[in-house]
Amino acid sequence: MPVTIKFSGEKLVAYIQGEVDHHTAPDIRDAIDDAILVNEKAKTIVLDFSRVSFMDSSGVGLVMGRYRLAISKGKSIAVENLTERDYKIMKMSGIERLAPISRKENNGRFGDAL
Amino acid sequence: MKKINQLKMVFDSRSVNESFSRMAVAAFASQLDMTVEELGDIKTVVSEAVTNCIVHGYSNTIGKIYITCTVFEEGVIRVSVRDRGCGISDVKKAREPLYTSVGGDRSGLGFTVMESFSDKLLVRSKPGVGTTVTIEKIIKGKLND
Ligand SMILES: Nc1ncnc2c1ncn2[C@@H]1O[C@H](COP(=O)(O)OP(=O)(O)OP(=O)(O)O)[C@@H](O)[C@H]1O
Ligand SMILES: [Mg+2]
Repeated sequence: MPVTIKFSGEKLVAYIQGEVDHHTAPDIRDAIDDAILVNEKAKTIVLDFSRVSFMDSSGVGLVMGRYRLAISKGKSIAVENLTERDYKIMKMSGIERLAPISRKENNGRFGDAL
Repeated sequence: MKKINQLKMVFDSRSVNESFSRMAVAAFASQLDMTVEELGDIKTVVSEAVTNCIVHGYSNTIGKIYITCTVFEEGVIRVSVRDRGCGISDVKKAREPLYTSVGGDRSGLGFTVMESFSDKLLVRSKPGVGTTVTIEKIIKGKLND
């Protein structure tokens, strides 16, 4: 499973796992979109990148697409626990003007120790 | 610059090879004593270039992707990624941040990312013939970490 969903109150957290690229993005996208559409009460959708071991510009496309879906359903998006590099890539798109994005506290990459 | 080692590989433009190809280049490149950050930069850049061959160059077909990775004595690494796909008619426009010809879940950031994580980016392309993207990176390594 590339995504684990946790739902509490009005907040839905999608923990994305592993590598985010053009090959893996469709499955990740479908899992998140299903969760957004099923959990109608969720007002805030958090995309948590703490378990992401690699991301390229496909990760930006993934976030932008989920942003558009969330907005169309009257929900908001937040992106959390990005590494320094992934934060830099996200900012190239200007997404931070549309949705809050934040970095990991310690800039460790999930899986670095493996 | 003096070449000290070289890797060449050819593989099908299947998306499952995106992960394989960036890992293979990173593994080869790691003979230069690099930081985790520099290795990450190389993986990111290769991933962008290879994905472009798959998504754009060979959008409706499976073709071959050619990678040459050269290590120079001066601590420079050069990676070139080539396809024999559709080519780009306006390279200057294609390189503009946020420009994408496909939309959907593509953000138009590939070239911007490649530029930002390398020291030099060269794009040569001819419509109907193919595209070659060459990236150079100066490896500062763990000494200056
Ligand atoms: N190998 C290629 N063959 C043909 N066209 C290409 C190739 N690489 C890039 N292009 C063209 O250049 C444009 C910009 O590429 P870039 O990687 O910057 O953005 P993208 O691939 O559209 O989106 P993203 O990389 O953010 O997912 C593409 O939309 C495409 O039209
Ligand atoms: Mg691209």
